[in-house]
Amino acid sequence: MRSSLLQSMKSALSSLWQKLFGHPVRAFGVVSLLLLIFLAIAPAKNHFSEWRHYQKQYLSLIASRGDAVTLQRHFHDHDGIQQIWLPQLGVVDRCTTCHVGLKEASLADVSSQPFRQHPVIPHTLDQFGCVMCHRGQGPATTVEEAHSSTLAWEQPILPARYVQSSCGQCHRAPLTGTPQLNLGRNLLGRYGCVHCHTIKLPDGSAIKPTDDPPSLEHIADKTTREWIYAWVKDPQAYAVTATMPNFKLSDPDARDVSAFLIANSTPLAGDTAPASNDSGKDQKTPDPAAGASLYGESFCASCHAVQNAAGNVVGGDVGPELTRVGNKVKPEWLRAWLRNPRVYDAGTAMPHYRLTDPQVSLLTAFLGNKTDSDLLANVHLDAATPEQIAHGKLLVTEYGCASCHEINGIKKPDNFAPELTRIGSKPLTQIIFLPGMTHAIPDYIAAKIRQPRSFGAALKMPQFSLAPAQIDALTTALLSLTDRAHDLPLALTVPAKPPSNYQPAGKAGQLMADMACFSCHAINGRGGDMAPDLIWEGSAVQRPWLQAFLKNPGTLRPALIRRMPRFNLSDDDAKELTDYIMTVYQTPAFDRDSMPASGYPPAQVEQGKQLFYSKYACQSCHIVDTKVDKGYVGPTLTQVGSRLNAAWIYHWLKNPQSMRPGAIEPNRNMNDEDARALTAFLMTQRGSSKQEAKK
Amino acid sequence: MMTRRWRTLFVASIILVSAGCTRKPGTASALKPTGFGSALIESSGGKQIGATGMVLTQPVVVQVNDDQGTAVAGALVEFSGPAGVSFDPPSGLTDSSGQFSTNVALGNMAGRYQLIARIFTKAQKSVELKIEEIALGYQQEVGYQLDNKYCARCHDPESTAERVSNYDNLEVKPHPFTEGDTLNRMSDADLTAIISHGGPALNKSALMPPYGYTLSKTEIEALIAYIRLISDPPYHASGMVYAQR
Repeated sequence: MRSSLLQSMKSALSSLWQKLFGHPVRAFGVVSLLLLIFLAIAPAKNHFSEWRHYQKQYLSLIASRGDAVTLQRHFHDHDGIQQIWLPQLGVVDRCTTCHVGLKEASLADVSSQPFRQHPVIPHTLDQFGCVMCHRGQGPATTVEEAHSSTLAWEQPILPARYVQSSCGQCHRAPLTGTPQLNLGRNLLGRYGCVHCHTIKLPDGSAIKPTDDPPSLEHIADKTTREWIYAWVKDPQAYAVTATMPNFKLSDPDARDVSAFLIANSTPLAGDTAPASNDSGKDQKTPDPAAGASLYGESFCASCHAVQNAAGNVVGGDVGPELTRVGNKVKPEWLRAWLRNPRVYDAGTAMPHYRLTDPQVSLLTAFLGNKTDSDLLANVHLDAATPEQIAHGKLLVTEYGCASCHEINGIKKPDNFAPELTRIGSKPLTQIIFLPGMTHAIPDYIAAKIRQPRSFGAALKMPQFSLAPAQIDALTTALLSLTDRAHDLPLALTVPAKPPSNYQPAGKAGQLMADMACFSCHAINGRGGDMAPDLIWEGSAVQRPWLQAFLKNPGTLRPALIRRMPRFNLSDDDAKELTDYIMTVYQTPAFDRDSMPASGYPPAQVEQGKQLFYSKYACQSCHIVDTKVDKGYVGPTLTQVGSRLNAAWIYHWLKNPQSMRPGAIEPNRNMNDEDARALTAFLMTQRGSSKQEAKK
Repeated sequence: MMTRRWRTLFVASIILVSAGCTRKPGTASALKPTGFGSALIESSGGKQIGATGMVLTQPVVVQVNDDQGTAVAGALVEFSGPAGVSFDPPSGLTDSSGQFSTNVALGNMAGRYQLIARIFTKAQKSVELKIEEIALGYQQEVGYQLDNKYCARCHDPESTAERVSNYDNLEVKPHPFTEGDTLNRMSDADLTAIISHGGPALNKSALMPPYGYTLSKTEIEALIAYIRLISDPPYHASGMVYAQR
């Protein structure tokens, strides 16, 4: 049966051969025909290509539109395959072959791809191409190859939720339009990622952590072993805003870590203060209401948050959350800390308040009451054995605790975790994906941050407590660290402001460090943004006002919740600081004494008043007359004549942003005469210090 | 005989392949509602302003109630939305307080997104709740940031913990940017004029100062794009007018 089948097939084939090639003429004809067919393959492939299909679709889409003629002309100017070639950036993009309507503003209502208009961005297609921002395969001319990763290409299109990462390849400084990228970069420092992972920037510097984890060298003076146990088990149970990650320690491991940290702690002279027994007869139970009001007056909430009954965290995030601080710190440590935090931690962001002993007792009692009875209720630890302490040391070393914290006898490990300098371009072949995961770098990074140990229970990376938007922001910041970001010529990047380690000199400099001025104010590029930049404060204010303000800071902006606290400075210290500020922090733009403080003609003052209320309507934001004006946006000006310098007011009015970049007061393009008249009017606003005292 | 064997193999492979293709993620079918409500209300997370393609900062939380208005635990809630919107998770059972929470990522086009939450009553009747969110594109995002810095102090009557509103202090009340009834009637040119040159440019109050020397042309365009996007009722550009062909 089998052989007969073969036999019949053989005869059929040979007869077919005879029919086609049996005669030379016939053979010639057949060969010509075949050649023709083969020759036609290439043009046919071209004709039926995907991109032609899309171009035809586009033509039929625009044919019925009002501006069809214009759109058709634009299209026919660039027929066929399109290419954007930018050798300097390494860009060869053919995306515009199918995405034909990208530049057509009149296609705003078209939502179907690939014909959508590109949203407004500050860059043009011709200058930057497409793959710089969207990734994908620029030279490809099929949908599949351009958008997805294939065997030969591993760069799929970047999902829109991470697209801001592309801005970060060239822009190192924060941009107004990229809040997600800015947040992500901030979180890399704030959550201390860079303690363990080195991230070098293209300019050669490295991202620095901004979280300042406490030293554990003297931890036994500050807290108990029970609290350490509860904390390392679950930091967020103590404070929901805690940035310390959860290492998922087992109960025995947490027991041993706490045993080691306490046993390893050395005492520090002066970091504890017993309840004052010298004035034993005055010692009554401190009034909790008085403690709360001192907490408020000292503006502790500007930096420290407390979770209220509704579960909302209210307050600043410079210092740690204090919701359950009474469970954590020992009263004798807290007393010494409030007296002078610099004894325990020289570099702390907390100012030295120079509180009196009764004030310290009040605050200690007030904070000591901030407890949660559940937190340590189930923590019962027996005395530590030497084996437990040794095992604790092993764990502390293995988990790299010393990457963040200073610990006696354990050195900060170098490169404890993989370097992330070029993580945004990490080759996919070097990555082990989880089953079911999209094989793309953004998904890998996001999954790693979301649940590090899902990649292996033995991995050391701890579990961070992050919201989904924060995970996306971190992923975005990491994705911006691409090969391209590092290899671009420096001239094509927009560098960040170089970090400043400005330190004022002399006794004033010591005072400023002691009061931690830089936690809120910036000077010469260093410092926080909670309070005004002081770089030109010496040109702005009058000496007597400044000295009085340093002694007893009043309220300039009634609507602000965060205000300058009172540091109980001595007269000498206030004078020292005033002298320094008045001398050093002066603008080169004008001479402080170029305009008089008083003696302006009444007519000019009156003209200024008219301008203030009518032409410039300053009362919408400022108050000069507390009976009539209500403006709450800018500072109150009732005493501006004894606070600010006349020349400063004049130059500020002429151009506020030149005096303080980013000031929200609009530039009014004011002429000299108006600016002078307004200055004259404002300099007559001297209020009376009695009124101020009453308020 | 042989052909039959081949055929069996072929059929078997087809079945295998199609089985592989139609395999659904197990979670959807695993959700068995243990409770049934009759009303669906929004707890939080509506009317957020997010960015295109990105996750909203707050999750969307809905609550399932029964006829008496008490919360129902274990009711199945399903979310759906326009193309490009994704939910994490897209469906689930309400918790002990009758709430279900999902993280929403908006689509790639700037604009308004209507999300739909759906439950089924015991009688298999569907109850829907519409929730609206706004996605900002790059330009509108810049406008949003500028609004926050320069405009919101007076134009937004709501105070926040960080920013006390100046709205009540002003003799002539500014228009909140969501006030579509008024703002939609103003052309882009009018808005540009009043932002650049202040209220008097349109015979309005001088309490609105000029920002033309503070903001760039691009920034003012971004601000207008943002105002147009958040206005309520929505703004529809009049579009270009062309001669008949």
